[in-house]
Amino acid sequence: MYLKSALRAATAVSMIAASGAYAETITIATVNNGDMIRMQGYTDQFTEATGIDVEWVTLEENVLRQRVTTDITTKGGQFDIMTIGMYETPIWGANGWLVPLDDLSEEYDADDILPAMAGGLSHDGTLYAAPFYGESSMIMYRTDLMEQAGLDMPDAPTWEFVREAAAAMTDRENGINGICLRGKAGWGEGGALITAMSNSFGARWFDMDWKPQFHTQAWADTLTFYKGMMDESGPAGYATNGFNENLALFQQGKCGMWIDATVAASFVTNPDESTVADSVGFALAPDTGLGKRANWLWAWALAIPAGTQKEDSAKQFIEWATSKDYIELVAENEGWANVPPGARTSLYENPNYMDVPFAQMTLDSILSADPNDSTVEETPYVGVQFAAIPEFAGIATEVSQEFSAAYAGQQSVEEALEKAQALTTDAMEAAGY
Amino acid sequence: MARAVTPQRKALNTLIAWTIGLVIFFPIFWIFVLSFKTEGNAILPPLEVLTSPWTLESYGVVQERSDYFKHFGNSVIIAFGSTILGLIVAVPAAWAMAFVPSRSTKNILMWMLSTKMLPAVGVLYPIYLVFIQLGLLDSRLGLTIVLMLINLPIIVWMLYTYFREIPGEILEAARMDGATLREEVLYVLTPMAIPGMASTVLLNVILAWNEAFWTLNLTASKAAPLTAFIASYSSPEGLFYAKLSAASVMAIAPILIMGWFSQKQLVRGLTFGAVK
Repeated sequence: MYLKSALRAATAVSMIAASGAYAETITIATVNNGDMIRMQGYTDQFTEATGIDVEWVTLEENVLRQRVTTDITTKGGQFDIMTIGMYETPIWGANGWLVPLDDLSEEYDADDILPAMAGGLSHDGTLYAAPFYGESSMIMYRTDLMEQAGLDMPDAPTWEFVREAAAAMTDRENGINGICLRGKAGWGEGGALITAMSNSFGARWFDMDWKPQFHTQAWADTLTFYKGMMDESGPAGYATNGFNENLALFQQGKCGMWIDATVAASFVTNPDESTVADSVGFALAPDTGLGKRANWLWAWALAIPAGTQKEDSAKQFIEWATSKDYIELVAENEGWANVPPGARTSLYENPNYMDVPFAQMTLDSILSADPNDSTVEETPYVGVQFAAIPEFAGIATEVSQEFSAAYAGQQSVEEALEKAQALTTDAMEAAGY
Repeated sequence: MARAVTPQRKALNTLIAWTIGLVIFFPIFWIFVLSFKTEGNAILPPLEVLTSPWTLESYGVVQERSDYFKHFGNSVIIAFGSTILGLIVAVPAAWAMAFVPSRSTKNILMWMLSTKMLPAVGVLYPIYLVFIQLGLLDSRLGLTIVLMLINLPIIVWMLYTYFREIPGEILEAARMDGATLREEVLYVLTPMAIPGMASTVLLNVILAWNEAFWTLNLTASKAAPLTAFIASYSSPEGLFYAKLSAASVMAIAPILIMGWFSQKQLVRGLTFGAVK
């Protein structure tokens, strides 16, 4: 009797184990951003449709970068899909670390990916990562404060106008700062803003011989203007403010203007989170009349590390997560304002989406940033707020630390630029440029 | 003769001790407060945070989004496993160094300690490659071994210090009574060193529980402990303080409670040594 029961149980267990063996599981490394977390919530639908299970590994952005770099360079095989950005994709693609995504199905319609995004996620014309969502940067401003100041924000303002408007809106007694900008050290934090801003002032990181350019007047103008404007109209301690700190300030009604990622538009216009949700306007990032604006371009994209044993399943997932159908799925359940933006042309042809207040300005911002032509003078690198070379992240982090020290008044702008020039020169020479 | 302590002096000492204690505890207190706020309220100025409404919303979100018990189970296995494994290696090592020292004992002890001075990231790639070869990536066994090795110098040093305070005559008496080496270690040395061993175990469990470099770098999904659970709530674009605080409270609560209940043992072991 006992033997029979034991045999039955053993058979049942082995059947379950056998059926489990057929279901393939893919592991995806990702960041904790709203759109990514939302996608995790819909994964069951993908599993139902394909029978492929999905394991998520969510990490902080810098930890993720370190973690996936270690894994991909050692061929550790821990991940079947990695969430990476525009900086890593061309470098890793060139190294042969990623599976080319040049054979996606016809229904997927790869030609629908916004050209700026496809360009930034390719190497030698081959797409290596599919954009899940893309962003540029733009001005978010308080329409009520602008009105009080008697000013009208143009769709495409200059830095001079922004500075004047910031000074006019500043009301220190009531805790209102005319402008909030990133100053925090880090190549993806304050480094991204100041690099994009320098593009509009005619500066560049390197000349065509890869020589650092921090000794030029254009960089001095950029930093002097930034510091002058922020000292006049920025919040206290702006040298340590990043995206989240400025988001908090803006949502609490303490910023007249904020120039930052276009994805922030959905946060500042969400009445559940923002006290100023009904009085936010949008404009293109400023320029100085030199032909380049201070907006960046970025995409969080899904890529497959070369050497994965589950390439087909991984491709299936990428096709699902970055498809037009996925956008429809999110729109149906959570509204058009919550769909992943900035990846597909068709989204911006959809009248439902274009009713969202920040949709047009987001598209215009994305379209006005070109990673292959981001500076006034010619450069040898690809990227708007970064140069897509492996050495950049380390160098730019150190440079942004020098800049932050200048913002905080610990050294002068000239000293910061001298140090930036010296350390970049050393690092580039050591790297063999 | 003990020095007389005036009531004023005692009050001052108490005040200083409480102040230091509160300063050290404040970050944990603040994490606890933020975990009961909405994301919008968690970013308000401190006084407004305290007066804003309290909610369990963040705990709900964390519970819904992550498998807490899987991470908790991994933390328990890795922290206790590495400590037990460490004791198995360290007790004989510390015994040998404390009771049968050689001329190079001090050098060996210093050499063991020097391995703690190497930045962990310096050996990340070699260890990662070894783990790939042995198939230990994202496994609890691999992480248990690594954390044991990392904490081994501390375990050996602590046990060595406690063992040194046990009079050698007691062990000699045991030998005279016919005890074998195994019996001497198990029935004479170990019971006498229990307070010291208990504090060693507690300290190492805490260190292993909180270890965040190797646990993040050598795991993906299967063996990820609570450190990975916390790390998943930091966000570069979006407010996350409340959810991160809720995840942190859930991650540190077990070890905090354990530390609370065993604080007497921990303090006694750390401050007095083996023989009272």
